[in-house]
Amino acid sequence: MISQKLFNNRIIFSVILILLLFAPLFLTDFRLNLLGKFLAFAILAIGLDLLWGYTGVLSLGHGIFFGLGAYAMAMYLKLEATGGQLPDFMAWSGMSELPLIWIPFQYPIVAIALGILIPAAIAFFLGYLTFRNRISGVYFTILSQALVLVLVTLFVGAQNLTGGTSGLTNFKTLFGYSVNSPASQMVFYFITVGVLAIIFISCRILVKGRFGKVLVGIRDGENRMRFLGYNPSTYKTFVYTLSAAIAGIAGMLFVLQVGIISPTMIGIIPSIEMVLWVALGGRGTLIGPVIGAVFVNAAKTGFSESYPEFWTYFLGLMFVLVVVFLPKGITGLFTKWKERRQKQNDTASIEVSKSYSRL
Amino acid sequence: MKKKLTLFMLMLLFTLVMAACSAADNAANADKAEETNEAKPTETGSETETATEESDTIKVGILHSLSGTMAISETSVHQAELLAIKEINENGGVLGKQIEPVIEDGASDWPTFAEKANKLLQQDQVATIFGGWTSASRKAMLPVVEENNGLLFYPVQYEGMEASPNIFYTGAAPNQQIVPAVNWLLENKGSSFFLLGSDYVFPRTANAAIKAQLEAEGGELTGEEYTPLGHTDYNTIIAKIKSENPDVIFNTLNGDSNVAFFKQLNDAGISSDDITVLSVSVAEEEIKGIGADVIAGHLTSWNYYQTTDTPENEEFVANYKAEYGEDAVTADPIEAGYFGVYLWAQAVEAAGTTDVDAVREAAKGITFDAPNGTVTIDGDNQHVYKTVRIGEVQSDGLINEVWSSDEPIKPDPYLEEYEWASELSESLE
Amino acid sequence: MTEMILTLFNGISLGSILLLIALGLAITFGLMNVINMAHGELIMVGAYITYLVQNIFMQYAPEKYFDLYFILSIPLALIVAAGVGVLLEVSLIRHLYKRPLDSLLATWGVGLILQQLARTIFGAPNVGVQSPSFLNGGLELGSITFPYSRIFILLLSLICLACIFYYFYRTASGRRVRAVMQNRQMAECLGVSTRKVDMLTFAIGSGLAGVAGCALTLLGAIGPTIGTSYIIDAFMVVVVGGVGALFGAVAGAFGIGIFNTIFEFLTNATLGKVLIFILIIAFLQWRPSGIVINRSRSLD
Repeated sequence: MISQKLFNNRIIFSVILILLLFAPLFLTDFRLNLLGKFLAFAILAIGLDLLWGYTGVLSLGHGIFFGLGAYAMAMYLKLEATGGQLPDFMAWSGMSELPLIWIPFQYPIVAIALGILIPAAIAFFLGYLTFRNRISGVYFTILSQALVLVLVTLFVGAQNLTGGTSGLTNFKTLFGYSVNSPASQMVFYFITVGVLAIIFISCRILVKGRFGKVLVGIRDGENRMRFLGYNPSTYKTFVYTLSAAIAGIAGMLFVLQVGIISPTMIGIIPSIEMVLWVALGGRGTLIGPVIGAVFVNAAKTGFSESYPEFWTYFLGLMFVLVVVFLPKGITGLFTKWKERRQKQNDTASIEVSKSYSRL
Repeated sequence: MKKKLTLFMLMLLFTLVMAACSAADNAANADKAEETNEAKPTETGSETETATEESDTIKVGILHSLSGTMAISETSVHQAELLAIKEINENGGVLGKQIEPVIEDGASDWPTFAEKANKLLQQDQVATIFGGWTSASRKAMLPVVEENNGLLFYPVQYEGMEASPNIFYTGAAPNQQIVPAVNWLLENKGSSFFLLGSDYVFPRTANAAIKAQLEAEGGELTGEEYTPLGHTDYNTIIAKIKSENPDVIFNTLNGDSNVAFFKQLNDAGISSDDITVLSVSVAEEEIKGIGADVIAGHLTSWNYYQTTDTPENEEFVANYKAEYGEDAVTADPIEAGYFGVYLWAQAVEAAGTTDVDAVREAAKGITFDAPNGTVTIDGDNQHVYKTVRIGEVQSDGLINEVWSSDEPIKPDPYLEEYEWASELSESLE
Repeated sequence: MTEMILTLFNGISLGSILLLIALGLAITFGLMNVINMAHGELIMVGAYITYLVQNIFMQYAPEKYFDLYFILSIPLALIVAAGVGVLLEVSLIRHLYKRPLDSLLATWGVGLILQQLARTIFGAPNVGVQSPSFLNGGLELGSITFPYSRIFILLLSLICLACIFYYFYRTASGRRVRAVMQNRQMAECLGVSTRKVDMLTFAIGSGLAGVAGCALTLLGAIGPTIGTSYIIDAFMVVVVGGVGALFGAVAGAFGIGIFNTIFEFLTNATLGKVLIFILIIAFLQWRPSGIVINRSRSLD
């Protein structure tokens, strides 16, 4: 059937990709920058969905991995902006020389690598212990929140190292090019689209294969998988680490486009919101989180710009309505359409065959 | 089948359009925006005219947190700014044009402040932004206004160490609030200090200055504690305070924490007679939330109180109450937000245009009879000359002045005038 | 010595506050498996009810009866919050019993709406509630002062706990609730109206949040975002205690309260907070299902 093919994820993906590639033609600089930010969120959402939608592990702590990536990039940009001098907040805190943990971030390649490796390492460490001890379900969820609280409190408290609540901002250049000029923002946008596409495709390959089937198996019956000879904790640890690394990448892209990172962006509430993107878009599909992240954030921006005094009503109502009427998220809507269409086709063919049999 | 495809494409387009221009796009980008608007034209009431025609209004941005944890404080400043705009408009506006406020919500989230400031400057092309409360929100907006060469009027007292050419600071610099307060306390209340603050940039920087000052002037530091923002249990801290028994607690707590701290201090049986608390972030509005009964007798340091005795203030308080209800109170940041709008309007009148560079040049030395007295913009650092006032909280929730600097004090954000602060300001060179 | 006693008292006091805010959640989340993110907003409802009752007393009641407002507002907060809970259950939650994670999403939305509603009705700034005069000051033993308000909250949380235990373990209606939560189908077969029980249970959990809100007016700020500052703590308590175990919540609350106070006393507030959450992470490694575990032979 051609119609089914049309709804094939691959085609949806290609259409979205083309739209995204042509977006700069009809969006203003500011809107393009916003879209770029949403796409950075979409990257994170894919990683989160890998963990939640496919493996059934709900983390309410992904803000922290996003934040670690973002801070790594921001530290480099900050050092580049001050030209090797001490950042201003350190000077106020009475520091006289660059603290040790900042030194590696002078080099862009190291900073980028650490932006992926640090979140991955923390996730691996925590995941290894946690999953091996068979902490699962809501216990893991709360544990991930405790992790957020620990790290955010540390980030806020260590003002001399992290800039405290204000976070890091006021960046100037990257590789010598201005970070804020429309041209470099355009480049960042395309990089984001590119990274999104790469991560999407690789995750798709991952979940389509046997590996993905094992993940779904763990989600639906962890003990059964264990009895079949798989070790769920290894798989879970791997996926958790992977999704943390993806979150770190998303964080780096976020900082480049938004130009600021602060603890408000990585705390409990943003972490919960990240889960909402995935849920709203449709978990267990890879395209769902992408749509969800862009849709929720666009709605948030749209509502708040149009009704700055009442927008939270609309946002709240949207969550409630989607959950009640679209239990499988926005992508669930497509599947429903597809199924209905298929049913109609089926009944049509039955009628046809009936009419044939009458002859 | 075709229909389905179209439907689906429409859905997708809708998603994108939502991202692209869910709120009204400014018409300056009309030709670009038109294409995206085709699918789903969106408009808001206030932004329908096109800028290609010479408009008869001047747009200004108002950017405060109307939701989230900071909304408790910022909403009132937002209201005061709207009141000032309304008053100016009733008196004929600026340059013969009406001022049109574009309201945005910073949502207590600093990256959102940056995003919205960007939106106001690029999409709406506002002449200036009035906004911010926390230092973090100002720091988030700073690169945006500098990059776009916009203007920001920031209405809250802060820790100093900043003077952006694109920001006008209408709140107090540290030498207009904290330094005189410490001096006054040393003279009148005793020399042993306990420093208590929320864990963020303002308290930490302020306390660094206070410590240097205490050392230079013979004060004694008995303790220094910081609590995470939103902390609600102060029993342990109060126990520590009790065992140190200082003369004065210098309080730089922010927001909700003040309510918890004062209520629990009162419960622990410590009254203002035992230990005086001087707060720099508690004004009339916060007192309403704390309850006047538990904070009465403690001190504050500001540039303005609702009871400040000037004819301008009488009028301001009356107008504010007429607009927002008899129960509404005015406070220092509210007043600073209010006169900030007037200062901007005067500067625009003097410049004859809303062009940022011209306005900035014209603003130097402009004076205005604000409710707190005469304020003057200092051309050197774009802060304002203000009178310092120490006040005591009354049982009706208002604050009575117990001391004031006789004349407006020159702002000194980097504390360059003070010997003991040389190390602090030098580290920034 | 006095410092030790005071720290211990402060710890128990913090524990009692945590217990009060978590009790309702221990029922709705622990027993019913509804991840109710709007629990904080139900606390907010209780706090605002106290504020309203206070205002009514200020205007209409003679001054010498003013203190009674607080006594009256406790049951009123319970009833109103329970009412909001029922409304929530009937209109939304009951569609989501089979999808606990979706309840997280939907109640998050409800929380947003309730917060904004409070802002629209009462204004964005905090409102003030004057503590009743009989709770001012404290009990002085030697050099230590035990604030009456703290003692009151401790007693209130113990009373609430006692009531719940009595209800769940000594009344027919409470037994039905436990029956439904433990084995829904079996209970249904025995003729228990699970619909009614669900509604009732959720109402009780919500009502307790209202009581907590009322008590919190003695200690902290009353504003639209009051709920967000307590909700995470409440979840921590329930999970550390062990989901589904009421007694676990008690142990969790006092454990977290006492350790938090000790850490804070020894270091500072920021580090104290960090240490307590690290302790929670470490503790869960050791007891993956909380302090009190519901043993079961079922797998998956």
